[in-house]
Amino acid sequence: MDNILVSKKVTKRFGGLEALSKVDLELKKGAIQSIIGPNGAGKTTFFNCVTGFYTPEEGEILFNGHNITGMSPDRVTQRGISRTYQNIRLFKNMTAIENILVGMHPHLKSWLVGAILRDPRTVREEAEALQEAYRLLEYVGLKGRGDMLAKNLPYGEQRRLEIARALASRPQLLLLDEPTAGMNPSETQAMVHFIQRLRDELGITILIIEHQMRVVMSISEKITVLDFGRKIAEGTAKEIQTNPTVIEAYLGRGAASGLGEATAKG
Amino acid sequence: MQNKYTDWKQALRSGLLGGIIVVVLSLIGIVAAFENTYVVNQLVSFGEILILGPVAALSLSAIRKATSRQAGFLILTAAISGLASGLVILALAGVGQVINLRAMFLNASEELYAIYAYKQALVPGLLLRLLACIVIGALTAGFTLLPDRIKSALGQGLLYVVFIGLMGRLLTMMLSNWGFVAVLFKWIFTANSLSLVGAIVVFLLTGGLAYWRHGRPKVKRSLEPRKQKVIRWSMLGGVGLILIFLPNILGLWFSEILDNVGLFILMGLGLNIVVGFAGLLDLGYVAFYAIGAYTIGVLTSPELGFFNWTFWQAFPVALLMAFFAGVLLGLPILKMRGDYLAIVTLGFGEIIRILVLSDWLKPWLGGTQGIQRIQRPVIGFGGYARTLESQQELYYLILVGIVIVAFIAIRLRDSRLGRTWMALREDEDVAVAMGINHVTTKLTAFAMGALFSGIGGTLFAAKIGSIYPSSFQFLVSINILSLIIVGGMGSIPGVFVGALALIGLPELLREFAEYRYLFYGAALVAMMLIKPEGLWPEARHRIELHEEETPPPEEEAATATENA
Repeated sequence: MDNILVSKKVTKRFGGLEALSKVDLELKKGAIQSIIGPNGAGKTTFFNCVTGFYTPEEGEILFNGHNITGMSPDRVTQRGISRTYQNIRLFKNMTAIENILVGMHPHLKSWLVGAILRDPRTVREEAEALQEAYRLLEYVGLKGRGDMLAKNLPYGEQRRLEIARALASRPQLLLLDEPTAGMNPSETQAMVHFIQRLRDELGITILIIEHQMRVVMSISEKITVLDFGRKIAEGTAKEIQTNPTVIEAYLGRGAASGLGEATAKG
Repeated sequence: MQNKYTDWKQALRSGLLGGIIVVVLSLIGIVAAFENTYVVNQLVSFGEILILGPVAALSLSAIRKATSRQAGFLILTAAISGLASGLVILALAGVGQVINLRAMFLNASEELYAIYAYKQALVPGLLLRLLACIVIGALTAGFTLLPDRIKSALGQGLLYVVFIGLMGRLLTMMLSNWGFVAVLFKWIFTANSLSLVGAIVVFLLTGGLAYWRHGRPKVKRSLEPRKQKVIRWSMLGGVGLILIFLPNILGLWFSEILDNVGLFILMGLGLNIVVGFAGLLDLGYVAFYAIGAYTIGVLTSPELGFFNWTFWQAFPVALLMAFFAGVLLGLPILKMRGDYLAIVTLGFGEIIRILVLSDWLKPWLGGTQGIQRIQRPVIGFGGYARTLESQQELYYLILVGIVIVAFIAIRLRDSRLGRTWMALREDEDVAVAMGINHVTTKLTAFAMGALFSGIGGTLFAAKIGSIYPSSFQFLVSINILSLIIVGGMGSIPGVFVGALALIGLPELLREFAEYRYLFYGAALVAMMLIKPEGLWPEARHRIELHEEETPPPEEEAATATENA
């Protein structure tokens, strides 16, 4: 079984608006793949369908061959899909380390009685969790920031913390929603390297939503282009760069011929 | 010199505001009411403080806003502010001479003007008042020009004199059975206020202490963890000892207040889990209090005669009832958030109260007549059995309850469950996406909150001995919610501070008689303006400020190298 995630003709409607229409997507295990498209193309809607926030009206989504369409978000996470958000959504008034610990939730067991009695098993579990949380914090380059409230971290570090929190649930598939939004070129470059490291070192399959072509081109093995909820192109970076439909979607009709070359160089 | 004029205009405005505050206080009647309430016997009355206090405060604000820091200029500015206040006060007295204001304001009486005029003939007296206002303004400016150390000493000394002077009657009552201390206090206090000697002693002691503390070099405390632990435990032990002897120290009347405060601490700790940790706004929290109390009532009262159980037999049943009531309330409102949740819980609270009040359930719950002769808790066995009856004895039961509940609350806060609640409070959607089951998490929060409130209810029933529906008004829910907010949302020590401030303070303010709730309300507003995060906010907000100093142990070395 080669594909970790398969979506078959996924359609999501909001009232009369078709946010996604019959989107097919195949994601290879261990790959870094991207979804691009102009604003309002349905990229985040697709993420929401995969993670269980929305239930698609038609089509199905298979994760490791199992149908996860319409499954509740907590169960999707328990199956091994984890995500970050376009507009960072950390638990702002909790510390960095607590954010990561919440991410580990599915792998911990203690509940009411354990919390009150602090039996040896709970104590051990908590100690191990804390240790792993610090390890993750270090992994994303936030060593020493553990006791800071999430809301007081600088922007770039908040993004990294969000990824650390997503990693804490030990996902097989990580969905990153515009991980470089609002970053300057050097920060963007660092983030791109970091994403590659995640795949190479942890073996996690990664699906990225991006706005900036430049980011996507350098790391994705395959790119899917959405526009108005439809898939308009799919292929390698090179194929996408020269695809007239894509250029049209981004820059408008007529620009395709003139600017195609410029985009390719960029 | 544009600045000067704008500063003076500002000072005039401040002064006018100060004068208006004094006039309002006078017209409400507070000034006249406290004319003979002395802070320092026969010398300084609280009424006088109420006149000159606002004048001084607004002069201070004028000084703060002034653009120049030059001494003479500041004194002049403050004096202008004082003058403006004085003129407003004079204007009231003047208008009062021409028109009879009493038709509208009952308190605009000749007595008030006499107070304004220091009991002298009206014209020279009022001029004296004007002079006093100007002098007070100028003195305020002089005060701000002093070095910090003397400023804090003076300020603290004066504050304590006023505070202790006002609390005179309570303090003497409290300490009357203290042997030699009582004798000492007789010397400091005369007729419910400080004597002149007493005022000087208090001023020198508290001011001196502030002076000494301010001057002490700030030593960075870097004790080894073991020593810190010893210090912490010995401090806890000390507090524990004081708590054990408190009812004997304070006497009967204070024990009653302490019991009330204790019950509200219990409920506050519970509601703090629901509102503070999990962020679920619950306005019907009193319902669980009622369920706890009524379960004990129904099961133990011989008057109803169904069960005639003892208190301790009924106790676990009451806790179970409260717990499951919490789950029951939680079920229909799982999907609701914010305002909607508040309304539904409010409804739940009222339903319980109406049920208890209803004729339909009267044979069971007693209706308006409530339930009497509830069994008091008995502790010990056989020959050593002892019924806890007096307020002082029940204090210990409540104390034990608080210790257990606070312990559980702390453990829950620091656990996986506590983190889950907080995550749900911060962002429910994301929390659910992290694999958190919001159904069980919310239900646990409701149930634990209800359980704690139920414990409060059972102890309340034991304390009062008879319960009536009127004890479970909506206002109780609001009180508990306010004490959590005043103490600091989500903070466990905040619950204690909040309960002391909100339940204890009004009792201590009896000194202010009918103006009690006015002062209480003003104190609440002031507290929320000055410290909106609460009196004792949650620790993590303070960790934040020190995070550079205390990285987790294994991180220390690495951070150092990284920074280098």
